[in-house]
Amino acid sequence: MSRVLARLGLDPQRDRETPRYTIAFTAVVCVVCALLVSVAAVSLQPRQQAQARLYMEKNVLVAAALIAPLAPMAAAEVDAVFARDLKVRLVELASGELLAPQARDARAFDMRAARNDPQLSQPAPANDAGIRRLPRYGPVYYVLKDGQVDQVVLAVEGPGMWGTIYGFVALAADGNTVRGVTFYEHRETPGLGGEIGNPQWQALWRGRQVFDDQWNARLTVIKGRADDPQADPLRVDGITGATITNVAVTRLIQFWLGPHGYGPFLARLRAGARP
Amino acid sequence: MAVSAINPMDPPAAAARRPLFGVAERDTLVAPVLANNPIGVQVLGICSALAITTRMDKALVMSLGVILVAMMANVVVSLVRNYTPTAVRIIVQLAVIASLVIVFDQVLRATQYELSLELSVFVGLIITNCIVMGRAEGFAMSNPPWRAALDGLGNGAGYALVLMLVAFARELLGAGKVFGFTVLPLARDGGWYVPNGLMLLAPSALFLIGLLIWALRTWRPQLQEKD
Repeated sequence: MSRVLARLGLDPQRDRETPRYTIAFTAVVCVVCALLVSVAAVSLQPRQQAQARLYMEKNVLVAAALIAPLAPMAAAEVDAVFARDLKVRLVELASGELLAPQARDARAFDMRAARNDPQLSQPAPANDAGIRRLPRYGPVYYVLKDGQVDQVVLAVEGPGMWGTIYGFVALAADGNTVRGVTFYEHRETPGLGGEIGNPQWQALWRGRQVFDDQWNARLTVIKGRADDPQADPLRVDGITGATITNVAVTRLIQFWLGPHGYGPFLARLRAGARP
Repeated sequence: MAVSAINPMDPPAAAARRPLFGVAERDTLVAPVLANNPIGVQVLGICSALAITTRMDKALVMSLGVILVAMMANVVVSLVRNYTPTAVRIIVQLAVIASLVIVFDQVLRATQYELSLELSVFVGLIITNCIVMGRAEGFAMSNPPWRAALDGLGNGAGYALVLMLVAFARELLGAGKVFGFTVLPLARDGGWYVPNGLMLLAPSALFLIGLLIWALRTWRPQLQEKD
């Protein structure tokens, strides 16, 4: 420090309270702090992205009820479960057809990046979920049991109250019954809208149905309490004090499971299409 | 011929060196843990104590963060204390503290991703933690780096002690667990313990800290203010 200041012709003993010294000193502090922070952030970014990816894939397993919500799991274990029980494919949303595995790496597919890539996305049709752009492909995680497709896990996202909500919906092989749901990333108010991340609320979705008799996506988060899934399959308890979040969740679920999202794929699944 | 004990050509004897860990250093380190506890006695840093003491692992990570930041910020502030103009000293301390907290947050996100999601804004709020800024201004600006480091460590340790105690009580009574291990089997899982829901809400931390302050002042009556 003293060398730097001497180079600038400043002597701490004599000049410390002068404006010129003050500016020079604070400039040096700013440069050093900025260097420290940016070096840390840039060098740690790959690891952070790997961690975020691992967390996302863990949530696929949570939605499918293959692991408990708060269970710790290392990358190697997640990879093992994926290799053993899951088949990841990409589906072309508009047609509902699966992409050939060689065409694109399904597991490495980044839906958020695709959404913003003009080559891989298009403007979304008018919708009330607030979704602006639609990727051309979406990931589908087939969960296998004894060689048969037991569930499919689909990625859903949409604007919430304070930021984008990201989640997964796991449906049984009939393409209608909900096996599980997670909302693993969101900016909603802690304790209110943030309860969408609470496993106890997510458990209320199990056993519900997405579609009505005309195969319209009708599953709704209501104000108040819904009955048991058998009696009240198309409604889910709402979170008190989180109306905007409740509505946002309903709309994004209905969008992504409807005709503009995974609807065509689910129709094929019901008709018996398998990977 | 007798060799003179003192060679006049030698440089004058160095000023008596301070021992690396003498009485003063031990006091600097130990006093803030109990007798001058930042939360219990100085009543600083209460805010985060309410929010992240629902579980012991969250409290542990926060404590670690505060200890590291307090130590490093104290050292840096102390190193430049003779160069810092008076007019900008608080801002310089803030810049140093903020940079260190950001680096800690980034490291946390790269190593303990899910925990960092749960701690969310509270790691960033270490910047506003009064303990860190208070000790930087109150101690590090007028003490040498090694003493400042010990002071940061001591105050961080005092903060950690209170946080871990409160978290222990809240996690045990509110969820029947200690560090995630079930100690009191919950009634809804087939056991006998009906958890105390109040312990999972923020006000319980206020009550517990109040009880702690009471206990501290009973143990050390000299801390009680004269009316």
